[in-house]
Amino acid sequence: MTKEELKQSLSTHLPTATFDEAGEFLNIIVTPAELLPLMKDLRGKSEYNFDYLFCLTCVDWKDHFMMVYHLMSKDHKHVLVVKAKITDRNKPEVETVCHIWRTAEFHEREVFDLFGVTFLNHPDLRRLFLEEGWPGWPLRKDYVDENMIEI
Amino acid sequence: MAELKDIKEGTEEKEYQTLNLGPTHPATHGIFQNVLKMDGEIIVEAESTIGYIHRAFEKIAERRPYYQITTLTDRMNYCSSPINNMGWHMTVEKLLDVKLPKRVEYMRVIIMELSRIADHVICNSVIGVDTGAMTGFLYIFQQRELIYEIFEAICGARLTTNIGRIGGFERDFSPEVWEKINRFIDGFPKALKEFENLLVRNRIFMDRTINCGPITAEKALSYGFTGPNLRAAGVDYDVRVMNPYSSYEDFEFTIPLGTQGDTYDRFMVREEEMWQSISIIRQALDKLKKEPKDVYHAEVPEFYLPPKEDVYNNMEALIYHFKIVMGESDVPVGEVYHAVEGGNGELGFYLISDGGRAPFRLHFRRPCFIYYQAYTEMIKGAFLSDAILTMSSMNVIAGELDA
Repeated sequence: MTKEELKQSLSTHLPTATFDEAGEFLNIIVTPAELLPLMKDLRGKSEYNFDYLFCLTCVDWKDHFMMVYHLMSKDHKHVLVVKAKITDRNKPEVETVCHIWRTAEFHEREVFDLFGVTFLNHPDLRRLFLEEGWPGWPLRKDYVDENMIEI
Repeated sequence: MAELKDIKEGTEEKEYQTLNLGPTHPATHGIFQNVLKMDGEIIVEAESTIGYIHRAFEKIAERRPYYQITTLTDRMNYCSSPINNMGWHMTVEKLLDVKLPKRVEYMRVIIMELSRIADHVICNSVIGVDTGAMTGFLYIFQQRELIYEIFEAICGARLTTNIGRIGGFERDFSPEVWEKINRFIDGFPKALKEFENLLVRNRIFMDRTINCGPITAEKALSYGFTGPNLRAAGVDYDVRVMNPYSSYEDFEFTIPLGTQGDTYDRFMVREEEMWQSISIIRQALDKLKKEPKDVYHAEVPEFYLPPKEDVYNNMEALIYHFKIVMGESDVPVGEVYHAVEGGNGELGFYLISDGGRAPFRLHFRRPCFIYYQAYTEMIKGAFLSDAILTMSSMNVIAGELDA
């Protein structure tokens, strides 16, 4: 599907979602509650068939977190960026997608480790790089460390 | 005597042992720890621990101007750092919407393919070492040295190259570099053939590597595999063909595929890729003859440092020099994802710019990080010695795994 066809199809599928076409790929922005059903359809439905999650990360926009999922379909050769906006900064939570794409398991542990986003129903949500009991979440914009120098 | 597997767990005769493979063990080629539950020689369960050399590159990158980030990418996959450097430069060029002259793109292709050869040479010769065949390693390693000499002649460094700039190269290749490249391309096929003669149809090597650490295509895709490891499983995905960058669409080359996804297939895919790389470099050298000489960077004065003598004698050059060094250049606001086919898979850069001197957020999509996730599953039920071989054949590099 082309960018326009994908947008057409997805806007009828999920009318509440917003779209952003400024960049190279089509972006769809959803709420954390809408994320898991949408992801299941994107993987399962044959017209989408996004079988390859090639990049999963999180961005701290200071007032909210944005989970970013880059999806691609090997057969249809289309790319979609799914974004989930998490507005609750004190208790950021989103459903895991690691039961759909196995690769998400480590990526979500990485995001948990560095941003403190909790993934519900994740099989093994522990710190990945840092030791247990590390104070704070280093990739958040408001993280402070005594060794950091102001520039 | 009863078979080991027939004995019930918890009875007197049987107990599992816990074995720490790593973090500093010569056989693991890097700082990885695996806690293995062993039933004699067979691995029952494995748990990997990573983070021993985590340096928080993504955090450091948020505090550095764009042109200083190559020193970080150097230290990710240090076996093929020029690919990482150029991947980063291309990401910034994509954000700035800069079009590069063909000559620069072909020069980049030559460097990237040379580093791919260097990367595959290390990986394949180390597979040989782990199966007990030291000779191939000793023969072929001389060739990697020649590649490093080329890098040294271009930029002065061998391992952490920091090669190129945003918009091209810092200087044109000297005649000595061209001579070295030509000499390498003439001599390398012979050495590679010799290396292949030692291993490819070697009965011991084949017995040791066929069916060792296999992974199916479906599982490899679900795990997000890319590069030679995915192609060994039989999926024809290569970033150079799917989303051509740096004029890869101008070149004729084939993508080798395996069928079983085991160690032997991964070895063979890498071997064939080296032959393809030689062919790509030859084509690039031919194409370069038709391009105008002395062009080695694009016109991006806001990001490409002017020559020092211009800075002292030319007003504009002085202003641009000041702007670049002080981080005053205007960067467009936006987000880009750019991927290159690194030595061991798709190396992606997800960059968000808010217009400041440093990236607002930079995420590295690191292939090794993704391979290592599957490692514990791939070695379950295998012998300990096969686990070592599986790791070296996946070419997991600690610097890129942790980043």
